[in-house]
Amino acid sequence: MNTNKSVYETPNVSNPINRYIITVLVDNEPGVLARVVGMFSGRGYNIDSLNVAEVVTNEHLSRITIVTHGTSEVVDLIRKQLMTIVPVHSVTNLENEGSPVEAEVALIYLEINESNKKEAFNVCDFYRARKIENENNTTIFEIAGTSERIDAFIKEINKLAKIEVVRSGPIAISSLERKMEEK
Amino acid sequence: MENLTGSEIVLKSLRDQDVDVIFGYPGGAVLPIYDSLFKQNAIKHILVRQEAGAVHAAEGYAKSSGKVGVVLVTSGPGATNIVTGLTDAIMDSVPLVCITGQVPQHLIGSDAFQECDTTGITRPCTKHNYLVKDVNSLSEVIHEAFTIAKNGRPGPVVIDIPKDVQFSKGSYKQKKEFLIPKHRLFNSSVIENDKQIEEATKLIAHSKKPIFYIGGGCINSGPEASKLVQELVKLTSIPSTMTLMGLGTLPASDPNSLGMLGMHGMYEANLAMHDCDVMVNIGARFDDRVTGRLDAFSPNSKKIHIDIEASNINKNIKVDIPLIGDVTTILKKFLTSWKQNNYSINKNHLNDWWKKINEWKKVDCLNFSQNGNTIKPQYAVKRLYELTKDINTIITTEVGQHQMWAAQYYKFEKPNKWITSGGLGTMGFGFPAAIGAQVANPKALVVDIAGDGSILMNIQEISTAVQHRLPVKIFILNNEYMGMVRQWQELLHGGRYSESYMDSLPDFVSLAESFKAKGLRATKSNEIDDVIKEMIEYDGPVIADIIVDKEENCFPMIQSGSAHNEMVLNKNQKQDSKSAEKGKILV
Repeated sequence: MNTNKSVYETPNVSNPINRYIITVLVDNEPGVLARVVGMFSGRGYNIDSLNVAEVVTNEHLSRITIVTHGTSEVVDLIRKQLMTIVPVHSVTNLENEGSPVEAEVALIYLEINESNKKEAFNVCDFYRARKIENENNTTIFEIAGTSERIDAFIKEINKLAKIEVVRSGPIAISSLERKMEEK
Repeated sequence: MENLTGSEIVLKSLRDQDVDVIFGYPGGAVLPIYDSLFKQNAIKHILVRQEAGAVHAAEGYAKSSGKVGVVLVTSGPGATNIVTGLTDAIMDSVPLVCITGQVPQHLIGSDAFQECDTTGITRPCTKHNYLVKDVNSLSEVIHEAFTIAKNGRPGPVVIDIPKDVQFSKGSYKQKKEFLIPKHRLFNSSVIENDKQIEEATKLIAHSKKPIFYIGGGCINSGPEASKLVQELVKLTSIPSTMTLMGLGTLPASDPNSLGMLGMHGMYEANLAMHDCDVMVNIGARFDDRVTGRLDAFSPNSKKIHIDIEASNINKNIKVDIPLIGDVTTILKKFLTSWKQNNYSINKNHLNDWWKKINEWKKVDCLNFSQNGNTIKPQYAVKRLYELTKDINTIITTEVGQHQMWAAQYYKFEKPNKWITSGGLGTMGFGFPAAIGAQVANPKALVVDIAGDGSILMNIQEISTAVQHRLPVKIFILNNEYMGMVRQWQELLHGGRYSESYMDSLPDFVSLAESFKAKGLRATKSNEIDDVIKEMIEYDGPVIADIIVDKEENCFPMIQSGSAHNEMVLNKNQKQDSKSAEKGKILV
């Protein structure tokens, strides 16, 4: 992948392409998500998944979690570009912070019948997917954990039943001890 | 606590921000603001003839005065017409505050008459934008907008105000009562760069072939920055080259100035960039017009990069010592470090370096010959320079061949006298920008060096100049072509001049007269001095139609796909075919 956005030919960049998780702390004001997402699409960067929710209610701060891929140079440019957006407080590249803890949630609708029921529930048990009670009494499971674990679960369960999947995309937090409150 | 209407708050906030002129065009969604404007005298309004003209005029005003340019337009088409100007301003870091009207809030989203998603459309081409929903936040928003426009790397800010907010009453907060949260601004005090500055001065002191590469950031940083650059250059005797946007930082007559670099820059400047061992980029951004082919860009140099925008560091070119911050602040520390360490560059090395550069200078890359009656465009610019150099003159340009000839042959001695569209390359920029510059500098001679193609893109503004008695001069280098397009077609597309001939051009003299401006024409080389003199002397707007050589091309040139040391000096030199084939796909 070419890290360079210039129209001119560039030396081949041999740095490996990796997956990165970036979190962006922003003022929760109208248009802020569009600014962040627009920077990605406008400059040709990738978003593999995206998550946003208010995290500090009294100060109206939201945290946006973005999973992207690229070389370390590209991700550094992404970080610096995000910092130029006015309502952005801070940008954290979790790879730089060391061993982030990440998790994702998936909700899965299963088409269950007498023939696949037992085996399907065994797989759910094995992956610690939890059945969610609902008013229509349909079979909906919730699973949380790393994306890889959810991938594996979906692959297994899909062999047994027709499914419909909703996934949140990963969120992550640094596991380092906090020195100072980020602001 | 006063209770004012939204439109009164707009005017009061603008006064509080020391605004004395706005450029605009009225319409349905801004009628309340225009009504408040009518009831006061402190702020002057320049009525343009198309909203694009308003933004470019505000840019010209801002660039020539160092103040924030203010624009007022209506919703829908008013807002969409300013998009080009906003993009131009963000590319060239021009501080603007643009107020747009919006349909009343209860109609937003209903596809109302003259409704458009202004904040959505302008989000990628502004530093920041607002849709004001509550009249009580209006004054804060306007004050914040002015600060953001000026702060850090300057740029445009849009404030979209629904008509009901303009009518409703609310409280006004003064500029000084309002504190902007720190994270919303560029904050240089948090950046530690003292150690890097020490490293940088040491690197320069031990260099053999150093060069200063000076950009528009030195102009944006204010007049003090230019003085500091001049001091640094004088102190070190380091060869110095300027970008298109940086012209005027160092006087053209400075013995250490190599002139402009880049695609149509000076031969000696580009070769020095290629061969240097230490490059100091002061407020430039390694733009592709400057670097040429990236893999052959200054291959053997250590690079120091001073930029206020962190995202410009390592964007196009990897640098060794980044210095993030305002040019003025950093250069002060730089000079202190240089003096405290008693640094000087080895005289022998520097002499050898200058000797090499002086060899390149002998090529005389701007050489041309004015023979016979046909006016060479270079000659026209040269005569304009000679006849205006002792007057306080501001030059603006459109975009194309004439722009490059202006940059090459007009010698700028001071900053803020050269106003051109660099990053975006907006044809139609120069004339309205000249109007804005004239508003900011009523006593200056303001000349828009134009081409016959570009001038027609905003020719309607001649009416603005006449109405407001702004004696701007339009100096058209008329070759009946979109010259730069024709040049590229000649060099890269086998001379097939597809749609680049300007057929059915107007008679510019009678066009000027129909607007009650003055029209002049020179067709022979011996007429040009008289036309320029008459243009200067006439107290009012003038169109000078200079009929120039149709076939002339801009040289020297680094053709797309080539490196600094592969400059082509004239028509007879050909780019090597491999680079040409690759260069064809570039812009």
